[in-house]
Amino acid sequence: MSFAKNLRCRECGRLYSLDPIYVCEFCFGPLEVMYDYEALRRHISRRRIEQGPLTIWRYADLLPAEGEPVDIGAGFTPLLEARNLGRALGLRHLYLKNDCVNPTWSFKDRVVSVAATKSREFGFDTLACASTGNLANSVAAHAARAGLRALVFVPADLEAAKILGSAIYGPVLVAVRGSYDDVNRLCSELAEKYRWAFVNINVRPYYAEGSKTLGYEVCEQLGWRAPDHCIVPAASGSLFTKIYKGIKELAWLGLIEWRKPRMTAAQALGCSPIVEAWDRGSFDIRPQRPNTIAKSLAIGNPADGYYALKVLAETDGYGVAVTDEEVVEGIKLLAETEGVFAETAGGVVVAALRRLAREGRIDPDETVVAFITGAGLKTAEAVQDALAEPVLVDPTIASFEEAIARRQGALPTARG
Amino acid sequence: MAKQRVKFTFPPHLIQEPIIWRLGRQFDLVTNIRRADVTEDRGWVILELEGEMEEIERGIRWVQEQGVRVDPVPGDIVEG
Repeated sequence: MSFAKNLRCRECGRLYSLDPIYVCEFCFGPLEVMYDYEALRRHISRRRIEQGPLTIWRYADLLPAEGEPVDIGAGFTPLLEARNLGRALGLRHLYLKNDCVNPTWSFKDRVVSVAATKSREFGFDTLACASTGNLANSVAAHAARAGLRALVFVPADLEAAKILGSAIYGPVLVAVRGSYDDVNRLCSELAEKYRWAFVNINVRPYYAEGSKTLGYEVCEQLGWRAPDHCIVPAASGSLFTKIYKGIKELAWLGLIEWRKPRMTAAQALGCSPIVEAWDRGSFDIRPQRPNTIAKSLAIGNPADGYYALKVLAETDGYGVAVTDEEVVEGIKLLAETEGVFAETAGGVVVAALRRLAREGRIDPDETVVAFITGAGLKTAEAVQDALAEPVLVDPTIASFEEAIARRQGALPTARG
Repeated sequence: MAKQRVKFTFPPHLIQEPIIWRLGRQFDLVTNIRRADVTEDRGWVILELEGEMEEIERGIRWVQEQGVRVDPVPGDIVEG
């Protein structure tokens, strides 16, 4: 059962009932779901969670949805101890939260699973979003599972390959002629006009809560304790703030001992409004026009940027912005050391981690968790030119040995 | 009559200009400020515009032409 109690304005604190609304009528501040933590504390236990399904829905008590979950298997993804990458960076307790293995290959399945469940509960018949990739894939897939109509808005110039991962689930794809800002404006107007569940507009308070499950899972998988340091990619800033909220909630509920983790936000330099404000020592986000290969993080005007900055300040975290070259190096480093092929957001995280480790800003004995939020085949073009060509050989042993010696500088050891 | 919630972000050279007052005078729009943060070199204002939809769109275009950034209140909606 859900213990969600009401929505609360994050600016003025006004309370609202649990409706499909997202903005305070008084000050236009964003709304957030609040829970009856006293009742939850009496009800919840580690054991109860451990007996739940191996998806985000094992934390159903901590999510704001009552109905039958729209569940395609999001969550409870592996927490891998990254010994090789840790050795390369001088870190003894480095972990990767590998969210590449979600059903549509990104962490968005967590938020969309909650949004789809809540939308069906509200009686909506249409699930909508505007996206250039991961979110669209996940909305289309969950709508298919839920029997809802899916409406996915994309910029008209989006590459065909990016659309395929959504089109396969049979949504209505709407290609909007115009700039990125035009798509933003149109969708905000449409969300006001039509009674659809626009996952990151009118059901955003519920949608965003799905990201908390990353915080819950990491703590559970570490043996019910909080990590010392989380390295999280930041786009709107919602994922970043909700992972922290998830860890705090577990402590409030007595499921873990409270140790404040350091929360580090990683962005690509070509779209880093949160890190730019952090570097300036300001809470005032200056919107940017994105120019980076890390498209899944390319949000120039982040909805939760201010709240992400507050978390950075509260946890003494770092804001790190990395170049596109570092992103590619990060993707390759992760793949070559740990066998995990991440999309560009993962490259941003690994590059930020490497930067902090090199600068001595991470204690080698800290328990560090790097959040890898999407799979590499989604952005294969980012690394295509950075990979070694295959070794081309004639079908003879001599040709093979000659070519491999040229590549590796030594002949392979022959058997027997 | 339609209503639209928007966020205006002002660059330094427009901080001292009465843009919102002029918006209400030049267009048939009611402007209703709900939250703002303005300093000497930068500022944003979250407000509601009320009027005919076409007039709202014309007004927003004019504000953009002055050099003000106009965003939906929930921030960027298009996600990766």
